[in-house]
Amino acid sequence: MHPRDNYLQKNPPIPESSINQKLDEINQNDQTPIFERYGTWISGIARGDFGLTVDSKSINEEMGRRVGVTLRLLLVGSIFGAIFGVLLGVWGALRQYQASDRLITVFAFFMLATPVFFTAVLLKYGALQLNQLTGRQILYYTGETSVGITGSTPQLLLDRVQHLILPTLAIALGEIALYSRYQRSAMLDVLGSDYLRTAQAKGLTRRKTFYKHGLRTALIPMTIWFAFSFGTLIVGATFTEVIFSWPGMGAWFVDSVRKQDINVAAATTLFTAVLVLFSTFLADVMRAILDPRVRTG
Amino acid sequence: MALEPLIPDQVLHEPAALDGSLEAALDGGIASDGASTQQALSRGQLVWRRFRRNRAGMGGIIVLGALFALAFIGPHLTQWSYEDIDPNAFLKPPSSTHWFGTTQIGQDVFAQTMRGLQKSLIIGLLVGVISTSIAAVVGATAGYFGSWVENINLFTVSLLLVLPDFLILAIISPRLHDSSWLWFVLLLSIFSWTLTALVIHSLTLSLKQREFVHAARFMGVPSRTIIARHILPNMASFLIIDATITVGAAVLLETGLSYFGFGIQPPDVSLGTLIADGTASALTFPWLFLFAGGFLVVMVLAVSVIGDALRDAVDPQSTARAS
Repeated sequence: MHPRDNYLQKNPPIPESSINQKLDEINQNDQTPIFERYGTWISGIARGDFGLTVDSKSINEEMGRRVGVTLRLLLVGSIFGAIFGVLLGVWGALRQYQASDRLITVFAFFMLATPVFFTAVLLKYGALQLNQLTGRQILYYTGETSVGITGSTPQLLLDRVQHLILPTLAIALGEIALYSRYQRSAMLDVLGSDYLRTAQAKGLTRRKTFYKHGLRTALIPMTIWFAFSFGTLIVGATFTEVIFSWPGMGAWFVDSVRKQDINVAAATTLFTAVLVLFSTFLADVMRAILDPRVRTG
Repeated sequence: MALEPLIPDQVLHEPAALDGSLEAALDGGIASDGASTQQALSRGQLVWRRFRRNRAGMGGIIVLGALFALAFIGPHLTQWSYEDIDPNAFLKPPSSTHWFGTTQIGQDVFAQTMRGLQKSLIIGLLVGVISTSIAAVVGATAGYFGSWVENINLFTVSLLLVLPDFLILAIISPRLHDSSWLWFVLLLSIFSWTLTALVIHSLTLSLKQREFVHAARFMGVPSRTIIARHILPNMASFLIIDATITVGAAVLLETGLSYFGFGIQPPDVSLGTLIADGTASALTFPWLFLFAGGFLVVMVLAVSVIGDALRDAVDPQSTARAS
């Protein structure tokens, strides 16, 4: 990335010395050796300072706002996606080759083949039709709140929810499809096992065997997939943020590449890295909860 | 009473069965319905026969073939090229002259979609082939030679694995603005081969211990030949499946990057750029993105169904076990 390009194309041309001064100020001068710039950057990070954007604004302030937006989207989306995906997978496994199982399979294949940006645009289109049909603004498809909205807390909350539904669906649908496939095959593996037959033979109810012995075991491999798919989820959230014009980290990253803003790109990448690390950690914890063999000591 | 469940093998994606011979004999015996005169089928014939029985897989092949035919014959069926501008038709819905309608500046959406389909298909296939080849070479040499070769190769793999591919590609590819789209294909391949290489590495480790590899080595066959003639052909089924899966993933990655303007650059088009151009006015002029998106979904769907059917055909136990 070349932040310098931003200034070189200006008309009237800016003198080189003031470009340099400006670039030095935001620590993005390509004439400074990269290690020196990296040193400045990393010592800033150590003090909790992410530096300045190309517009000389504080990244920290902007980030505080955007992190919340993205986390809300990711959190609701992944929880929603994991729960419904697992449920659909279990449902399909218990009714293998029946109409409902086939329907879920077809849905999952279609969703896995559909990129997030296409789902999102289709959802937007569907919401527009719905709004026109009912003549009321039921679902919003731009921004995360209405501009300049005022009112009581329930009204504000409702407004947020109305904005949240579509973007969440956009990322959750793909997650649901993915998890349902994995969960289905994991569940089928477990259903065919001897210990499940033993559990039934010793007189447990069908429900109890499936949920206590079956589902719990089948969930263990899912924790790995949770960690793996989190990266995909973040990329999905990037599309979703851009398409529904949510001011989140993903949209900011795309923006920073276009504006050649190194500091912002670094900050958003760092954020992603921390999220991925955290999700892997979370997956390990879940695994330990589910699988007694993993717990040591 | 210790009723702690014994947890079965949790590997969801098992590598394809390596030793097809015994299984092939069994399966061939059943399939031939006791016709003892029938000759033993080769592994390829056997896989193909099982594949043909899979209706979804055959459907996928037919659809993909049709898409190919359409992408390359389609542009000749219409008088418009993807760069042409029809000054008499701005933003017109689909009609007999413009089958898929026209854009804001009067470009024919059908011609553009065909062009985009071509690009996306070619990129997907190239990335599938290139990335699987890189994976095969790196994984097999790492497994076969061991010692420092293994360390270097596996280190490279782990290094690439921790890099967030989408972010890195988004940052690098605008730098390739003026160069050929083949560079973009190469970039996509570089980020798609790592996981495959790990699987190939572990497959090679077990193949290396087999008698035929030992025999070849003791006869003085050079390592390069052993890898090319004895090791890689024995994991051919896995390589084919993996290439298929990579095609689907590559198409999605490519269209995703192009959607943000980080991939294929104008004036050239891919399905991703078409959908991106369409989204701005998607709500009022749906034909701008619906066709491109529809083709994209159908294409990826066909590829993934083929991959699934191939896996079932190569490793019948996976069907019995998992679906």
